[in-house]
Formats: sequence, structure tokens, C-alpha cells
Amino acid sequence: MANNISQDQVKHVAELAKLELNDKQLDYFTDQLGDIIGLFETLNEVDTTDVPVTTSVSDQLNVMREDVADNWNQKEALLANAPETENGYIKVPTIIDESED
Amino acid sequence: MNFETTIGLEVHVELKTNSKIFSPSPVEFGDQPNANTNVIDWGYPGVLPTTNKGVVASGIMAALALHADIEKHNHFDRKNYFYPDNPKAYQITQAEKPIAHDGWIEVEVEGNKKKIGIAEMHIEEDAGKNTHERDHSYVDLNRQGTPLIEIVSKPDISSPDEAYAYLEALRQRIQFTGVSDVKMEEGSMRVDVNISVRPIGQKEYGTKTELKNLNSFNYVRKGLAFEEQRQQRVLMSGGTIQQETRRFDENSGKTILMRVKEGSDDYRYFPEPDLPALEISDDWIKEVRDSMPEMPANRRDRYVNDLGVTDYDAMVLTQTKEMSDFFDATVNAGADAKMAANYLQGDVNAFLNDNHLDLQDTKLTPDNLAGMVKLISDGTISSKMAKKVFKGITEGNEPKQFVEAHGLVQLSDPAKLQPIIDAILADNQQSIEDFNNGKDRAVGYLVGQIMKQTHGKANPQVVNKLLIASLKG
Repeated sequence: MANNISQDQVKHVAELAKLELNDKQLDYFTDQLGDIIGLFETLNEVDTTDVPVTTSVSDQLNVMREDVADNWNQKEALLANAPETENGYIKVPTIIDESED
Repeated sequence: MNFETTIGLEVHVELKTNSKIFSPSPVEFGDQPNANTNVIDWGYPGVLPTTNKGVVASGIMAALALHADIEKHNHFDRKNYFYPDNPKAYQITQAEKPIAHDGWIEVEVEGNKKKIGIAEMHIEEDAGKNTHERDHSYVDLNRQGTPLIEIVSKPDISSPDEAYAYLEALRQRIQFTGVSDVKMEEGSMRVDVNISVRPIGQKEYGTKTELKNLNSFNYVRKGLAFEEQRQQRVLMSGGTIQQETRRFDENSGKTILMRVKEGSDDYRYFPEPDLPALEISDDWIKEVRDSMPEMPANRRDRYVNDLGVTDYDAMVLTQTKEMSDFFDATVNAGADAKMAANYLQGDVNAFLNDNHLDLQDTKLTPDNLAGMVKLISDGTISSKMAKKVFKGITEGNEPKQFVEAHGLVQLSDPAKLQPIIDAILADNQQSIEDFNNGKDRAVGYLVGQIMKQTHGKANPQVVNKLLIASLKG
């Protein structure tokens, strides 16, 4: 199942996921992801000409809730699961600001 | 070489809902960090987000205010990125089918009106907030999941002044719908800009740069003006523009290179599987349209044409919905429109500025302002007395009661004023002679004496009339 994905593509995906891979891992994951993509390619055997794109597998529409605030008061429980906290904040290694809006 | 400029603006507006877009956590500012978060906001495995109907309704209203076409069938998409402001590692947004597209707003620059197109408007969630310290960064997810609309302009804006006018018009229209406070200083309106220049006649757009750190409309205008000149200089000297992000420096007024963009962003969008699609019915659109407050441009027309205030006054009165609503209510309570307009722009604005208050945070009411204006109109109080009465109504007093309690009623009755005038004249023969010799200043002196005698209560117009009649008689 080679060549379904290149090492460069795997590197790119790893960078997007903020993962650092050594050469051995790169080989390993290139093979593994290649196999997975190969498996999915079985789906290409189905002829989907003229079939509209499926954006949801549910046929439900307009499932909405009213705009009513309800604080579940989960702050302490959630913070307890964070690796590190300080004064109610989640404490993380220093990050450079590249935030998205 | 002559250049033309193309500016694109992406504006994020935070919606003023009670709860978040996909979870019922409250949308509140200034609370303890992470106090308004739950498992959905943190993106825990197995949680199910549910769309807030109020957000969709606000989106429809904003779209209507921007004359945009509403997409009847729309859905949410995942935008994947890793960053600690969002523990889900994706933002739920609308990439493929935004809720609205192809809108416009009208702007006016130096007397010229122009329609600026809006390419699309979508609804999405905001991320949390990071604060950075030397050794660590800190994450507060209270803002995570706050509803936003993002409004993307078409490349119709061709000058920094137009960009400014567009932002001002956009802010006003959104503010009048009531779906957001749209305050840049509070972060409920955020602006991303990009700009390119090209020699006139060139078909393709020039390479664009993106500007960051524009914290006011004025900085947007200044940053764009600087960038416009910089790009032209680079091209004139034979250089090329690189696709880069630049930061506006408020102190120097210059833009400074932050980073060069390499390759395009790769967000791997796909339809959000946890949220069913939205189908917006005509009935719903109609319902929202019917509940929509009157837009500023319509109010300005009405003020000028029906109420007879000047264009300038109409513009100032429609800066905010609060001011405009207050003016309407004051006029409805019986005040003369021009006087009400003058008071709102003069004394009321000065009062708000001096005390750093918004109109809605004061004790001023339209009824009381109208009451005061009526007392001036019917001659009960002078405009000088009105200064005192104004202070009274800012403290929540009813003007008529205030006037009576403080003995501020103006003396307008000729039967009471004439004897006082006669007495003053009898004591000031010199002034009568001066008047007869054509010295008009004598009148001012005599009026002053009468005002002094009446402790400022005499109605100056009535006094003037009676005095001139007596002097001539």
C-alpha cells in the first residue's frame, strides 16, 4: 500500500498537529497512513456520479435550543483535569500569539 | 506611475446573546476565569453541541441590516487548527454555505455616496483568551463559544477614507439592530484588513498585505494610508510586494513586518457532523424583519424631512441607537424637535462626556428633557434658567416640580414687569438721553438693571419689548 501518501504530506500533517516526528516515526506513520487511505479508497469503487454531497448523516433539521443561559458550574471539575492551573487559569507553556478569530 | 488601491475588510462582531452559540454557558464579561465554561466549551469527548436559536435570529437580523441574501439551507463547518485558545482543536464556523451573502451598505466620503459590497456574512464561535507571561501562558475559556458574525467586504473599497466610512456605517447599522454593542475598545468589534495596490490599468490585483493591531477606526485609516504609500514606493523603485502580515505601530504611525506568509493556510474544513443543518424559512425571516428597529439612514431622512432638523444634526443624533431612540421619545413627548436636537448634542453630550457615561446609564429621561424643552418654549423659564433645570433633570428631577421648588419661574407678565421698568427708567435719566442720542448700548444697560432687580427672573424678550416701547413712547 505504498504511495497513497508521501513523506512530505505526512510531515505537513504532523506540523499541523504540532507533532514532531523522527525519521523512524516518519517511515512508520507514512506506511500506516498509506494503509488507512488505501482502505478508504475501497469507497471509490462506488459510483457517486449525480449523488449530492452528504454534509450530514442525520436527516434532522433546525435542532436548536432557546437562548437561555444555564451555568453548569463545572469550572472546578474541568480545571482539576487540566495538567496545570493557576488562579483559575489553565497554565500552559509559553505560546506565541497566532490566535484565530 | 499612477496606482489604484484595493482594500478588503473582515469584521468580527460579537453577538449580545444570553448564552453561548453551542452551549448554554452564560455570555458574561469580567467574571472569574473559566467560570462560564462547561464540558461542551472545553470540547470534552462525547459532548453534543446544540445551536442557539437566538444566534441564528441575530444572524438573520444582521444580514437584513446589510441588505444581504439569506441562504435558506446552511450548515456549520469545522475549521481545524491547534492552538491553546481552543481546546477542541477546531472552530465551528461556516465555510461552505454562510448564512448570508451579497449584501451592501452605503457610505459617504466627502459628499460622494457609494455602495460597498459585502461578499458574505457567517456565524461562528469565538475562541478563549490567552495571556502571556515570561515563563508561561494562561488560558481563560470564558470567551470560548461566544457567538460571532464575520462580515467580509467585497474588494470595493479603494481608499483608507472609504474603509473608515465603511466601518462607521457598518458599526452603526449593526448597533441599530441591537444584536451587538459593536465597541472596538471592548473587543465586541474586531477588524482585519488587507490592502494591495496596482498600476491603473492592470487587470490582476496586486499582492496584498495584512495589517494587525488596528484597535480603532482611526488606526485602520492611518495604517492603511501608510501601507498604501509604502507599497507604492516599493513598486515605484522596482521592488515587489511580498505576502506578509504587518503590525501597525501606534506611536510611529508606521506598519512593521511581523511575518511573511508561506503557503496558504490549511484548515481542512469539513461539514460539522455534530450539528444538524439549518433551514431558514421565509416566515422566520419575515418575523425577524418585522421586529427590526428602524435603520439609521431611514431615521436621518425622517429627522430632516419630517422634523426639520439639519443634515448635520441628523447625523450626530444617529451615531448610536440610544441617542436616536432618546431623541424620538423626547419629540414624541411633545418637545420641539430642533430644541431637543440642540440639547442632546449640546448639554446632554457634554454631560455624558464629562461623566464618562452612556445615555442609558444616566437618570435622564426623554419625558423630563421634553418637559424642560416645553418650559423653555412656552417662556416659563429662560435658557439661562434651563442650565439649572438641566442639572436637575440629570439628577432625575421632574422639570416642572424642580422649577417650582427652586423658584425658577420666569417673569413674563407685562403687568408685573412694567412697573419695574418704569422705576428703573425713573432712576436712569442719563440712559434715556443716551438712547435718544442713538446709543443702543443704553438698552443693554437698562435690561441688565431690570434683570438685576428681578434676580434674573424677568423674561428678556418681554423686557426688551416693553423697554423699547417705553423709551420710544
